[in-house]
Amino acid sequence: MSIVKGACIAFGDNIDTDVIIPGRYLVSIDPLELAEHAFEPLGPEVQKRLRESKVVVAGKNFGCGSAREQAASCLIGAGIQAVLAKSFARTFYRNCINTGLRAVECPDAVDAIRDGDEVEIDFSKGTVRVEDKTFHFSPYPEDLQRIIEHGGLIPYLEKFVVKK
Amino acid sequence: MGKTFAEKVLARAAGVSEAKAGQILTVYPHLYMSHNATWRCIRTLERLGTDQIYDPDRIAIVLDHISPSRTAQQAAHQQLARRFAMERKIRKFYDIDAGIAHVVLMEDGHVRPGQVIIGTDSHSTIYGALGAFGTGVGFSEITATWVTGSLWMKVPESIKVVIDGQLPEGVYAKDIMLKLIGDLTADGATYCSVEFHGSYVETLSVSERMTLCNLAMELGAKCAYVPPNEITRQYLAERGVSPDEYEEIYPSDDARYIKTIHMDAANMVPQVSCPHTVDNVRPITEVCGTKVDQVFIGSCANAKYEDLAVAAKYLKGNKVAPGVRLIITPASRHVLDRAVKDGIFTTLLEAGAMFTNPGCGACAGDGGAMADGEVTLSTANRNFRGRMGSYQSEIYLASPAVAAVTAIRGEIANPRDIVPAS
Repeated sequence: MSIVKGACIAFGDNIDTDVIIPGRYLVSIDPLELAEHAFEPLGPEVQKRLRESKVVVAGKNFGCGSAREQAASCLIGAGIQAVLAKSFARTFYRNCINTGLRAVECPDAVDAIRDGDEVEIDFSKGTVRVEDKTFHFSPYPEDLQRIIEHGGLIPYLEKFVVKK
Repeated sequence: MGKTFAEKVLARAAGVSEAKAGQILTVYPHLYMSHNATWRCIRTLERLGTDQIYDPDRIAIVLDHISPSRTAQQAAHQQLARRFAMERKIRKFYDIDAGIAHVVLMEDGHVRPGQVIIGTDSHSTIYGALGAFGTGVGFSEITATWVTGSLWMKVPESIKVVIDGQLPEGVYAKDIMLKLIGDLTADGATYCSVEFHGSYVETLSVSERMTLCNLAMELGAKCAYVPPNEITRQYLAERGVSPDEYEEIYPSDDARYIKTIHMDAANMVPQVSCPHTVDNVRPITEVCGTKVDQVFIGSCANAKYEDLAVAAKYLKGNKVAPGVRLIITPASRHVLDRAVKDGIFTTLLEAGAMFTNPGCGACAGDGGAMADGEVTLSTANRNFRGRMGSYQSEIYLASPAVAAVTAIRGEIANPRDIVPAS
């Protein structure tokens, strides 16, 4: 999956983990179950649009707050294939890598994108395209890229590290 | 060029001679903490299909977010963790009666200077209070570290915060941190190590150092650090940990910081973080008079013994305002025990407080939920929308002193306007 292409849902700055997935739902680790409650504090309209989108676009500090891994996995469950933000909170960024969700920092692209736009992200080239504009981002270091390509840390360990 | 704390401590845990900011290392942490997320780690381990555990003595499990369980599902999750700890001979296992993981592990001498500690909790930055590198990770990463003993870590850039002077009466470490978070904003230290230096920090109790390092997370920090000194050594000695059991690590005098911030403690006033972001900070004078329905004294930020003692100082001989609920959740069993034995517990109870079991309590949504339109003033570290019940409720954050006087007045009040009983 070196290219993700589809409609986006856009958010502002400092979207916190309690808004992405409220603490009361952390009794589950099933991405599909979690997806039902993703962005619940923002209401059913946002939740419906999330499920219709492939890319989450956000301002700075997306995913700030808790270390809960479900903030990344609930988005995967909702059908999100990439998150594009001006910047990420560190635990969220790490959790994206570990769950196999692609997280891209590209502030210029975020500024150019309007809510609902069709966005194309090419991970091998390191580009974001929206309408006729192209923006560049630096790709993941090779080791981290491998973890993402294998669907996250646990599938990666299963394949390369664990002795059965 | 000299090295920062983060560069030195991570190089040591990675077994390399030196490291610099930006470098990615394979680090072997000394301790892996998991709290209520432990069942998720166990399920993930089952999925991995391995019995391989790198070192059971580096695993610490503390069941703190829900105590005791309220549903059969929560009970099953706790049972899974309990059985796992028994079967795998996890000696650092603490059941639901112990308290908040961070505080429990520090109180029991498991956190030491120079260590690298990862935890399934963002506020793991708190371990910097004893000169350790603490950082939060997701549950998959804890599971992976159980198996391999290691994880990748990018050496962070560092920010130096120098706090000199002495705080005025009624102002605490919490106020300093809220001021700093308001000034730098919620991502002001993202990915960074935050080092606290200066004459104020040098004389500070471990309890207040914990508040500094805990709140650094709300700047987006990767870790926080207070240089160990005699106060640190004394704290550890009281817990049976002798200096030959740890290695103190200090930054070099010529270490490189991306930013240095100076704060003057003498000029500080109480601060309040307003809904719904922690960096929405105002000096207390601007929010005095805001009506509250509930006051919560709890969380890993401010429910230690010293915090309860501050609250008791203001609440002694006073009563909680009619219609206001004052909920106190001691950070640990030890905190509760000490408060009971020296009379603070009774002082607070007589003032009209209610106590819940030690643990995360209302901060983690375990009780203390609010209805639509209600307002809580809390000593915790997060005020995100819906964190304590209704999405239409509001949370203000402040120190235990502000919490105590707010409970008395029924509206946000300034501790400097109320003379504590002697």
